[in-house]
Amino acid sequence: MISIKNLHKSYQMGSSSLHVLKGIDFEVEEGELVAIMGSSGSGKSTLLNILGMLDTADEGDYILDGVEIKDLDETKAAKYRNKFLGFVFQSFNLINYKNAAENVSLPLYYQGVSRKERQQVALEYLDRVGLKEWATHLPSELSGGQKQRVAIARAMASQPKVLLADEPTGALDTKTSYEVMDLIQQINDEGNTILVVTHEPDIAQMCKRIVMLKDGVIVEDKKVKQVKAAAHV
Amino acid sequence: MFNRDRWQEIFQTIGKNKLRTFLSGFTVALGIFIFVILFGFGNGLKNTFQEFFLDDATNTLFVYPGRTSKPYKGYKADRRIEFKNDDLADIKAEFDFYLEDITPRISRSANVKYKNESNNYSTRAVAPAHQAIEKTILMKGRYINQNDIQTQAKVAVIGRLVALDLFKNEDPIGKYLAFDSSVFKVVGVFQDEGGDNEERGIYIPYTTRQAIEKSNDKVDQIIVTFRPELGHLGALAFERELRLFLKAKKSIDPTDQNGVFIRNVADDLKRNQQFSNVLQLIVTFVGLGTLIAGIIGISNIMVFVVKERTKELGVRKALGASPRSIIAMILQESVFITLISGYMGMLAGVILLQNIGTTLEDYFIKNPYIDVSTAIFSTFILVAFGTIAGYIPAKRAARIKPIIALRDD
Repeated sequence: MISIKNLHKSYQMGSSSLHVLKGIDFEVEEGELVAIMGSSGSGKSTLLNILGMLDTADEGDYILDGVEIKDLDETKAAKYRNKFLGFVFQSFNLINYKNAAENVSLPLYYQGVSRKERQQVALEYLDRVGLKEWATHLPSELSGGQKQRVAIARAMASQPKVLLADEPTGALDTKTSYEVMDLIQQINDEGNTILVVTHEPDIAQMCKRIVMLKDGVIVEDKKVKQVKAAAHV
Repeated sequence: MFNRDRWQEIFQTIGKNKLRTFLSGFTVALGIFIFVILFGFGNGLKNTFQEFFLDDATNTLFVYPGRTSKPYKGYKADRRIEFKNDDLADIKAEFDFYLEDITPRISRSANVKYKNESNNYSTRAVAPAHQAIEKTILMKGRYINQNDIQTQAKVAVIGRLVALDLFKNEDPIGKYLAFDSSVFKVVGVFQDEGGDNEERGIYIPYTTRQAIEKSNDKVDQIIVTFRPELGHLGALAFERELRLFLKAKKSIDPTDQNGVFIRNVADDLKRNQQFSNVLQLIVTFVGLGTLIAGIIGISNIMVFVVKERTKELGVRKALGASPRSIIAMILQESVFITLISGYMGMLAGVILLQNIGTTLEDYFIKNPYIDVSTAIFSTFILVAFGTIAGYIPAKRAARIKPIIALRDD
């Protein structure tokens, strides 16, 4: 599903340059649930941003679902993001003046899906994250866990090839974190490919594979026995 | 542009962000409102001005006698020149080609009585031609006529305010006024656009005035109108010839500047029009300034709006919005808001102007107005600049990488 080779990325910090990713080689199969771990500054978020086409690499190849991702202009990147990827952010990034259903249907709007169908699909996905009754509520009326579930529903609504989650539990307490991870595991069990960036070991243990980054290189890549979040809720 | 979905998206954004919408809309509305009002006031000022100076016929020469400043043909300097009735007749005979009409004017102030009411008014002893020259409008009765002149009739045509002062609610026609130890029958009431002062006047036949003043035949000043088709050059020629004729007749040195004075209203008109043009220039300048201030205001608001939405735009981009759709959304929204609020500001301004009418006449602003094309044009200018002002930050926002927009701060 995902294949990257020899990925490099530097940031220009005034006169000096900061080499963040120093040659990453990395494969992800369909249906995997991968945790990308590392301390801050290890380059894990940069990697996710490049995978999400929110940022571009300086060097290296990136193939997503058989499509080579390169020479992206903003319009092309927007199209690929919309077609291939779903995003979940630490700070949810819901649009605050749109209610839950409208937030979920937004990626479908950019796919050109008709209004009626959008509404229907949005309700369906809200139902799957258990928030159908909250469809008409604004983000400000939802708890943190509910917001993240709406964000996950939004990410899934466009039926992406890969779901990218950047510290999805970073702003949540432990109990809510496990609820969110339970949802992510369920979605993974349905066959979806998911990448989760986290620095919390217990969250990482709930994935099927852990990739450790340190100073811009992969230091460890191991399959783990998945801990089911449902058991801790 | 006519995508129903996008409009729904825009209406939702507008509806859910009332403060932002209000701020940008208000700026535009206020800008255009102030522009309309100022421009209208400028026009009102011009109206007042034109009324002050342009209430008389423009094809008119006022001829005044003066005192000579040079000795000539045996006469000493500082001789007082006087016009007489035969001067009227001579001018009439000599300048038949140029002349349209001629009237003398003898101005006196008089204490006028009716029953127990009395007041001081200025009287003007004139010939019938005076009516057209002064653009006197008769409200009731008639003006001085040729018969009055021949019979030295003791008749008077009184101003609207004289009638109001002395007769209150009575009909003045046929009543008798006493002044200058004579009794005059009121035959007419007039109004004059020249203002209150003109309407506090009384007209009597000039021959009657001469009879009262020891049967002399002196005339204060002579007012002549020339055929309008002569044009400005013809008027100047007429003025020159008339001056020469009068100087010759009154034995004044042709180089003497002070024997006879002629005021040409056409010259005044030209001067006044120049002043009027300067006024127009000032009005335009003020208007332009307001427009520019409005444009700057909108630009600021647009920059603020886009800045405020940076995060939202980042989310939209992460979800698959193309830069184009981002720009289109911001622009369509801003054009919509500026158009609607610009129109409302313009409408409010125009309505206010219409309601002002003559209420600000004391401040020299009368019937302020703005012509529709100017109002609409300036509204569009404002909207267009609002759009341009929105386009630049919108384009920049569309270019920002989503990760920067989404960065937690």
